[in-house]
Amino acid sequence: MPKVLMDGNSAIGEAAIRAGCRCYFGYPITPQNELTEYMAMHLSRRKGCAFVQAESELAAINMVYGASLVGSRVMTSSSSPGISLKQEGISYLAACELPAVIVNMQRGGPGLGSIAAAQSDYFQATRGGGHGDYRTIVLGPSSVQELADLTQRAFDLADTYKIPVIILGDGVLGQMMEPVEFKREAPAELPIRQGALRGAKGRPSKIVKTFTSNPAELEEINWSLFRRYTLIKKQETTSETFMTDDARLIVAAYGIAARIAKGAIRTLRAEGLKVGLFRPITLWPFPDEKVRELAKNTEQFLVFEMNMGQMIEDVQLALAGQGEVSFYGRPGGVIPNPNEVGRVISRLYYQKGLK
Amino acid sequence: MKLIYSRPKSLKKAVFHYCPGCGHSVAHRLICEVIDEMGLQDKTVGIPPPGCSVFAYNYFDVDMAESAHGRGAAVATGIKRAYPEIVVFTYQGDGDLAGIGTAETIHAANRGENITTIFINNAVYGMTGGQMAPTTLRGMKTTTTPYGRDHLLEGHPIRMSEMLAPLEGVAYIERVGVNSPVNIRKTKKAIAKAFQMQLERRGFAMVEILSPCPTNWKMTPVQAWKWVDEEMSKVFPMGVFKDVTEKKDAD
Repeated sequence: MPKVLMDGNSAIGEAAIRAGCRCYFGYPITPQNELTEYMAMHLSRRKGCAFVQAESELAAINMVYGASLVGSRVMTSSSSPGISLKQEGISYLAACELPAVIVNMQRGGPGLGSIAAAQSDYFQATRGGGHGDYRTIVLGPSSVQELADLTQRAFDLADTYKIPVIILGDGVLGQMMEPVEFKREAPAELPIRQGALRGAKGRPSKIVKTFTSNPAELEEINWSLFRRYTLIKKQETTSETFMTDDARLIVAAYGIAARIAKGAIRTLRAEGLKVGLFRPITLWPFPDEKVRELAKNTEQFLVFEMNMGQMIEDVQLALAGQGEVSFYGRPGGVIPNPNEVGRVISRLYYQKGLK
Repeated sequence: MKLIYSRPKSLKKAVFHYCPGCGHSVAHRLICEVIDEMGLQDKTVGIPPPGCSVFAYNYFDVDMAESAHGRGAAVATGIKRAYPEIVVFTYQGDGDLAGIGTAETIHAANRGENITTIFINNAVYGMTGGQMAPTTLRGMKTTTTPYGRDHLLEGHPIRMSEMLAPLEGVAYIERVGVNSPVNIRKTKKAIAKAFQMQLERRGFAMVEILSPCPTNWKMTPVQAWKWVDEEMSKVFPMGVFKDVTEKKDAD
């Protein structure tokens, strides 16, 4: 199909529907409303589909839980303060091994914060976020095209590993318009997921729960979750590198920040600076091995984030002391331009005496 | 020999963990009898809450899934919207439905979700050890109202049936009790009606069951059963608060 011009939020909606998403539950919050509205437009009157504007994010995520229980491909979306409210439900989804796709178009925090783009929910997204020991797969797109591609991948990952998947975007990605091509189309009727709770017809009744008065049983549930996480790490970790082959300094950034850094790196390359970009696409699992591999050629890393420094901890953990990590961040919804980031990169480059 | 009564098919052969005189086990059995009689065992999903009845899934022989505290109505909404062919019921206590899950309950009712809610009101938090519930009576002593519930400080007992009935999405609401053979029979009828409403897609249906909790009321089972009639039902009068089919029945 030819490319169409779309805003990021709507592109997620279209990609989700094409991935077989038939249920959406949400609650309005800026800067992701276009997605909720897109789903209202396309799912609320369509046969076999469900759209509910819930009374709260709490209700919305629990509706997601319900729809996932019966085997639907289901999605919800929100932005930072709303995602905090959804954490209860995400913990239950993770515990009960239920697939779902959750979009977070991050905005500045903490508190009510601002409605401008930020990346301050990285910790919350990549460390589980709610109570208990669990992880969710976290994807960090950096363009409208990638929003669409990763949305489709998110549904597949969720079903394959029976896990909630978070698409960690931001206000810029959600709002900006870019050409996008929808590459995939799910079959009109998806097979009913194994384990779906649709009544005990021709089989014994089933229970979906985690609560137990036996700690040993719950420990085994935790072990089982983490065995699957090990598998996900092994099979699904993805990242992008840009001009890193001969780079003396590597900028590590994800999402829209990586896009800004890429612009800066292009300009600096034209000026002869050997700089490159490392961009994790899966934020959890974090591409540790790729970082270690890059550290064989250079020991200078600059982490750039639109927050006070969160992903930097993953880079440091991956390097385990094998490189030198600097940081540049702008929190609160401030979006630096490539010139600003370029100045930071070149200053560091010369300070470290790189050539 | 004539078979007068047997265990409902959809009630598992498990020993109840409930205290002697507790209303939960009676309510469970009644729901199972209704599920059997209406032939719903293989097309029902039940959503029990955290609380004393968290283990309800060990007793009901239908598909069951746990819910976060108070979110039963939202979970049931998701289930029913995604797969309307299923019959879904939530089983919720007073802390669950009238406290932490008030918003979910009101909005599911207002949207007219085709779900059946069994609301167990025993005026106290049972599993956590007898704290004040939203439905605790004035003057009633609990572990968090050791001086008795004072409405000026701790508020009034909340009447959910009266509150929900005026909502246009509500098809049926009745308050009953499981504290005497007469009331138990009425309760079963009410439960059957609440399921029937869902099958006919008429909207939200709820049965509020006044249920004795002798342990936390610090009474004997007999005293607790009497207390439901003598004290509790004065604050929470039994009866039908909404029935959209009422007129038709009169014809």
